[in-house]
Parts: sequence; C-alpha cells; structure tokens
Amino acid sequence: MSGSIQDTFFEECEELLEATDEGLTAIEGGDHDPEVVNAVFRAVHSIKGGAGAFGLDELVAFAHRFETVFDEVRANRLDLDEKLIQLLLRSCDHLCDLVATARDGGETDQAHHDVLIEALDKYIPEEEEDLTFEPMGLGGAFEPASLDLPESDEPAGEETYNIRFHPLKDMYSTGNEPFFLFQALSELGQLEVTLDDTELPGFDGIDTSESYLAWNLTLVSSEPRAKIEAVFEFVEGLCELSIEGDGDAEADAKALAALEAAFGGAPEMPAPSNEPVQATAEPTEETSAAPFEPPAPAPESEVPSAAVEAKASSPKAETAKSEQRGPKPTLRVDLERVDRLINAVGELIINHSMLAQQIANLNVPDVRDVETELEGFKNLARDIQEGVMSIRAQPVKPLFQRMARIVREASSATGKTCKLVTDGENTEVDKTVIERLSDPLTHILRNAVDHGIEKPEDRQSAGKAKLGEIKLTASHRSGSVCIEIKDDGAGVNRSRVKQIAIDKGLIPENADLTDSEIDNLLFLPGFSTAKEISNLSGRGVGMDVVKNAVAGLGGRINISSTPGKGSTFTIILPLTLAVMDGMVVSVADQTMVVPITSIVETMRGSDDMINNLGADGTLLSIRGNFVPICDVASALGLRKEDNDQPPGVYLLVETETGQRSALAVDDIHDQRQVVIKSLDGVCGEIPGVAAATILGDGKIAMILDPESILAAAPSAAAFDTERRMSNAIAS
Amino acid sequence: MKTKVLAIDDSRTIRNLLAATLEEAGFEYVSAVDGREGVDMYEDVAPDVVITDINMPNLDGFGVIEELRGDGINSKVPILVLTTESAPEMKARARDAGATGWITKPFDDASLIFALKRVTGAAA
Amino acid sequence: MQSQAEVQHTDQEVKHAQFSEFVSFTVAGQAFCLQITQIREIRRWSPVTILPHAPSDVLGVMNLRGAVIPIYDLSARFGLEQTEASERNVVIVVASAGKPVGLLAESVSEIISINPEEIQETPSVDSRHTMEYIQGIISHEDTMVRIINLDAVIAVPEQVL
Repeated sequence: MSGSIQDTFFEECEELLEATDEGLTAIEGGDHDPEVVNAVFRAVHSIKGGAGAFGLDELVAFAHRFETVFDEVRANRLDLDEKLIQLLLRSCDHLCDLVATARDGGETDQAHHDVLIEALDKYIPEEEEDLTFEPMGLGGAFEPASLDLPESDEPAGEETYNIRFHPLKDMYSTGNEPFFLFQALSELGQLEVTLDDTELPGFDGIDTSESYLAWNLTLVSSEPRAKIEAVFEFVEGLCELSIEGDGDAEADAKALAALEAAFGGAPEMPAPSNEPVQATAEPTEETSAAPFEPPAPAPESEVPSAAVEAKASSPKAETAKSEQRGPKPTLRVDLERVDRLINAVGELIINHSMLAQQIANLNVPDVRDVETELEGFKNLARDIQEGVMSIRAQPVKPLFQRMARIVREASSATGKTCKLVTDGENTEVDKTVIERLSDPLTHILRNAVDHGIEKPEDRQSAGKAKLGEIKLTASHRSGSVCIEIKDDGAGVNRSRVKQIAIDKGLIPENADLTDSEIDNLLFLPGFSTAKEISNLSGRGVGMDVVKNAVAGLGGRINISSTPGKGSTFTIILPLTLAVMDGMVVSVADQTMVVPITSIVETMRGSDDMINNLGADGTLLSIRGNFVPICDVASALGLRKEDNDQPPGVYLLVETETGQRSALAVDDIHDQRQVVIKSLDGVCGEIPGVAAATILGDGKIAMILDPESILAAAPSAAAFDTERRMSNAIAS
Repeated sequence: MKTKVLAIDDSRTIRNLLAATLEEAGFEYVSAVDGREGVDMYEDVAPDVVITDINMPNLDGFGVIEELRGDGINSKVPILVLTTESAPEMKARARDAGATGWITKPFDDASLIFALKRVTGAAA
Repeated sequence: MQSQAEVQHTDQEVKHAQFSEFVSFTVAGQAFCLQITQIREIRRWSPVTILPHAPSDVLGVMNLRGAVIPIYDLSARFGLEQTEASERNVVIVVASAGKPVGLLAESVSEIISINPEEIQETPSVDSRHTMEYIQGIISHEDTMVRIINLDAVIAVPEQVL
C-alpha cells in the first residue's frame, strides 16, 4: 500500500519542487508578491509533510529549515536580498537532490548539505533553532500545569480513577462532545458516568450560553494515566478536569484542590452512588437531563431558510471559479499504453491510405460517395492521432527549470554572474523529445556560460551590464518546435576558432570560410576548445555530440553569432517522433521519403541549369547562384550504370552548416504525413537513411537523411572542398 | 452507517495516506484539494467530521474553520486540523476559530483513529 | 492480405510425442528444413523495398502487418547463387528474440516428422558457408534434408555497409 502512496509522494514532490523553483525564480526576478512567497512556503511545507510520513528524516530536516526561513520571509522579518535569494535557490537545488536520493538511493553531497544548513540556520531566529521535528503529543498551550505529568510508568495492575469533568461553555463551540470523550474513555476500561446537574439553576434562571453540567466518572483501567489524559487532550483549557487515581489519591487531592481553587469551582464531590450509568448504555428516562445529548450548548438560533439558500447558492458560483484556479484533474497513464495507442493510430492512417489507393485501383467510374466517406474517415483518424499525440506532449517548463540550475552551477564554477531568462515554458513537446533534449541543452548552456558570457569585469569594461543574460526560449514554428539559446556574451571568437580547426587538421590552412561557416566549425567532430579553457563545458565532449543528439531527434541546430553581442543557438525539432511530414519521391524505381523540414524548395531542372565543374562535379544554377548537385541514387549505391538517364527533379536542401545542395531524384509525387518506423534491430545503420515508413500501398519506403546522404556522396564531398577553395558560391 | 470524513489537504500524498488509513478503518472518505473546495463541498458532502490542513492555497485551514463555524454554514461538525505546525500558537489559533482538535503530521494510523474517535465516537 | 498458408499443427504431434515436426523446403534446388515451432508463417513472395548499401543476401524489407521486417535470401546466405525472386517463391517468417525475419525460399515441400535420433551430424565436406548454417542432416524418403541453424542464419550482420 505505502509503496504506491510513496510513488505518489515522489510524483508530487516533482510538482512541488517545480512550484518552488518557479516561485523562487519569480522572486529572483523581483516579484516579491506575498502570494508567491506563500506558494513557495506551502510547496516546501508539503514536501516536508509527505517526507515526514515516510520517515525521510534528512529531507524533513532540510525542508524544515528551508520552510522556517521562508516563514520568516513571509512574516516580513527577513529581507529577500540577493544573497538570501541565491541561498534559497541553491537550497531548492539541494532539496531536489535530497528528494532524488530518497527516491533512487545513493548519497547526497554531505559537505554541501552541511554548508547549506549552516547558511540557512543563520537566518533562523534563536528560539526557532530547536529544529527537532517531533509530533506534538500532550503538552502545549492548553495544558493546565497540574496535568503536566511525565510519561507514566505505572504498574500494569488495574487502578480506579475518579474523574471530574466540567466543560466550560467555550468547549461546545469547538465541536467537542462529552459523550464521545466518554465513549473513548470506556474503551480504556470499565467506566461509570454520573451526571452532576446540581449547578443547574431553576428553569427561569437558565442562561442558554452557560454550561452548567458536570460529570463524575469512575474508570477502572489498567491503562497508564497518560492514555486517559490523552482522551481529554482536545478539551484541555476548555474544561475543569481532575483525574484522581486511587494510588496517588493524596497527591491528586491537593492538585484537585489547587485546580478548583484556581477555577473557583465547587470543591464538593458528588457521591459516586448517584445513579451510575454505563457510558455505552442508552440513557434511561430516569436519568434526567439526558446526559448523552449535547448538554445545553447555545441553542441554535433559527436560521431563516432564505438565508441558507442564499449561502448555499453562493458557494456554487465560487465553485466554478475555484475550478479555474485549482489544478486541472489529471489521469496518470502508463506510457506504454499511450504508445500502443499511437502505434495503432499510425496503422489506422496507413490503413486509410491503403483503402484509398485500392479504391482508386478499382477503376469504378463514380466513387465520389466513397471518397466523401473516406475523407471523413481520414479526418477522424487525424483527429484521433492529434489527440493521442497530445497525450505525449508536455510543456518544456520542467526542463527549462532544470536548466536554471545548470546556469547557476556553471556560473558559480566559472566565477561569472549570469541569469537564465526563460520564455515559452508552456510550449508542448513530445515527452521523449523533452527527455532527450536535457543533455544537449545542458551542454549548450554550460558552453554559453563558460565561453559566451564574459567575466564581470570584462563585461563592465565593454560597457555591458555586469550580470550576463542567457535567454532560453521555446516556441512552435510552422509545425516544428524551436528552442533558442541566446546569450549576450562575447560571441564566437572566429579567428581563434578557425585557428583551432586548422591546427586540428579539420580544415585546410588556406580555407576561405564565411563567418557562418566558421561558427559552424564548432559542431565538427574533434573540435573542442573546452579543454584548454576549463573543464566545465568540455567534460570530454564537444558540440558535435550536441549536434548528433539533436539530429537523433530528427532536428537540426544552427548557430549565429555577432562579435561582442553574443551567440544564438537555434534547435529546430519535429513536434513528435512518431510522424513527420515528408516529400514522397522516386529514386531508382524505389519510392522514398525526404523530410520536409530539410527541403528549402523543389524544382524541375532543365539542361541549361546544369553546369559541369571538374571531372565529376555538377552545379545547379538557381537564380544566379550555383549549388552542388548530389545524385541520391548514386549516393545510396542504387544507380547501376553511370550513364543512366540523369534525374530531372531537384530538392534544394540546406545542411546544418548552412550549405545548400540540390538532391537529384527521379520524380516527386506528393507531400504527406508519414508514420516513422525505426529500422533499429532490422538492419544496421544505413548511410543516408534515417528510418522507414509504410506507404498507402502497404510498401515500405525509406526515409532519407539528406545530411548523411551529402556526407556519404563522394562527389559532393570532393566538390565541397573545391567550392571552398574557389569560393565560387555566395552562401 | 459509516462515519463520513471530509479531508481537506493540498498534498496528494497526505490525501492518499488519509484515504488508505481511513478506508481501511471503515470510514467513508471524501477529499478536497484546498480550503475553498472543501468549504464549497461541505454542504453537499455533509460529513460527520472534517480534517483540514492549515497551509493551503485559496483558503487556509483557519479560513475553513471560520467559514464552517460562521453564520453562513453554522456547522457544529467536529473539525480536526492536520498540520506539521508544532507551534502551540497554531493550535490556539485553530481552537479560537472553533477547531475541535488536531492531528500532528506525521501521524500514525492509531493516533489518527484515536483523534477521530474522540470527536465522533466512531469505532475504528 | 496476401495469400498465406498458416502452418497447421497435425495430430501427428500428439501421436508421436517423441518426434519433432519439421517443415521442409527447397533453396536453390537443395532440401532444407526448419523446426515447425520456429516458423511463424509462410507467405508468398512479393517485391520488397531495397535497403541501400545492403549486402547481396539481404533482399530488403517487407511490411508484415505494420512491422518492418528484413528479408534474407537463403540461397545467397548459403553461398549459393542469388535467387531471382518471383511470385512462385515463398517467404518463411521466423522469429528470433521476438524480432520477425523473413527468409526467401524457392518453395515449401511438406511437413515431416523426425525422430531426433535420426539426425546426423553434418559431414565436414560441405562448403564453409553451408557448414556455418547447417546443424545436421537427416534422410527423408531417400533425400538428404539439411536442418538449418536458425540463429546463425538470422544473426544481424554487424554493420550493413
């Protein structure tokens, strides 16, 4: 049982940590709205509460300190200055770690833990410093001094307790009922209850708000005294109470006398022979004043029914509002189930295409009715697909929030000051994409802090704000997701980058590169300036790993940079991993699909557009510009004879480095959404092929990867160098 | 008739813990995610006892007690506050507002049931 | 759906519990067999989609109810001549570790019951290619039938380049 509840706890922790981080980020941004502060307090408080339930002591202790500091802020006893905010942010990070440790096991950084605790404790006032987190048992504000007894170590033998219980009138307004207390007492032993109504004045003298009744109880029990006292815990201070055990009659008599003197009550003890009643028994007619009825609380004044209705209807109106405010109801579903559904819908769409094609093949003269229905089928299938896809879609917010931490850590490791500003956190992206974006984003951000943002003094002398800024933005852009990482640092040091590339033999020494080409050298395998400068962003990997990770998601990454102003990395990703828009083409009698995202434009070529260059190279002339032609069939090893008829259709594609090439194919058919089928486990990696899909006729078609086709095409590669050398093309 | 408990807590974990313990002990369990929802639900649910957290968004535990005890609803139902606050003034404030008793988090099954018994008489 | 012959389990299996049932088929004129339990289904050949840069014994991929499965030319795999696949040929769909794979054969012959004791070790006179993929031979109605070592046949080549 507690396993699943514990799972819920960790799930909830994720949300609470997000809320904490969000609140702190708002506070860091200058929003000191009490509601923001309250929200953070509550979130941390809830983590503590849940952690307490599972005995996660370290987490409880840390959350408690965190919460206590926040409580001070909430009470305006602490000023939220920059130093405190930074401490709170780091504490939030540590809280994440503690939760992760509690969930996944492992160790937290004890030194870091101690440092933070020490720092937090400095903000906690002296009297609050006893931070042992213990349940409140007996004791506290309502406890009369005479009842402040230590944990009883009484003998196990039975003892008779004489209890006098006289509620004060305030007790009834708290909803406490003597009857229930007696019932709880009766479970501890043999209980006799006697009503004492001697204080009840004559009928005329009754003040309905007064409490006249008292009870004398005799309990024979082997339970320790503390347990009996615990029954009256809630009414301490709301009643006159004496508990006298026969073992310590004398001591208690004194205490009782003192108590009664203090409260001015009548010390007269009614004789126990007065009509004893079993506590659990129904009151008889003879026992007057119905001892088990709520005895003389303030009689409820008649509430006019109109007033009740008015009140009843107003909360209804509130409900609608609170639904807007409150969290939307959610359903937690096993991801596997969603994926099965996505696959099934993919099949449905393929199935539709197959049906459509087969109907077309029937050669029936008039199929308009069928086509109309089929169109409806298609639209429904698309609706279902969109709906199912949206289940997997999640906002990038949690990812972005984690990135704030990366920037904080990177800043403190490099001695730079910079903040992360995020925008578009609610942009929804496929769950897997989000998961797999974490590493590349981390790398880019570390890189931005390490290499992009200048040291504070350098920034100042350059006339910039001391605090660097990295902006992380997500947005939907024509069917794709765009993630942008923009820093206001120094920009790419092009002469240095170029020199490194030359030194590492990545480009020829006399290479003549455009600015953009130099910037894109950062993505070349084997290029990493990190090791020389610091080990932070380096960590043994270069930006080529980032590029590969993005490409693995079917996306691409670009960099643009302005010296002195900063750099911007742009990642374009497909909305989902399961379907994509593709251009259906023919290559060497095979039907293939080229991702739309990589195609700039398509054109039918005429002979006069083709120019030979050197032995193998051909260029396509497009409005005065020349781009190298890559024959897809040759690149894929599918062209049997060299003198095959040259293909007549070109797909102008742009590579990640911004170079354009024309992919030559036999024909273009149409553009459509295709379901991506991985070739993992079917065959090894095929150069030029990203995945496969199933077309309307049930045939499989390869989905091409233009980037790797160009890399694999020997003529294009050879030409590439040639082009650079001659610098014939304006890019 | 089962004793009906309305639990108001913004923490899903605590709600789950309460639900598990109370349902196993034979109580009927209804929950609300914040004070506002709890108060709004109150008349429809007509619980035998209310358990409420203190720190909650929209309407906190004190607000819940005040509204339930206030002239509008004028409820006499027992209200137990559920809170990690061990500070005595929290309890004093809750009781001044009309709380019947309290349960301190983290709670164990026995203390939860014992608290309910003292305010509702319900046998666990 | 393509015409397709689901392999039927017969009563023989019950009658001769100690016998194993094999499906025999021809590849480049030679008789081979696979244990019936290794076979998922047998389909008539239909053109496949070519995998670029694939070795000659990998014919391509086929759509099997929404799954992309590779089709191997058994003949080429055994080092015999490449099959000119046509509609008369069959694809035997087998599964290894849950992944279906199609094997192109000339034609399916019959289901035969084999007493495991009848299985003879492969005499080491055959070509290296064949040796690798044959785990034993049996004599059935005066014909030599080669028992295929399925794991060796469908092992995915390290890199299809």
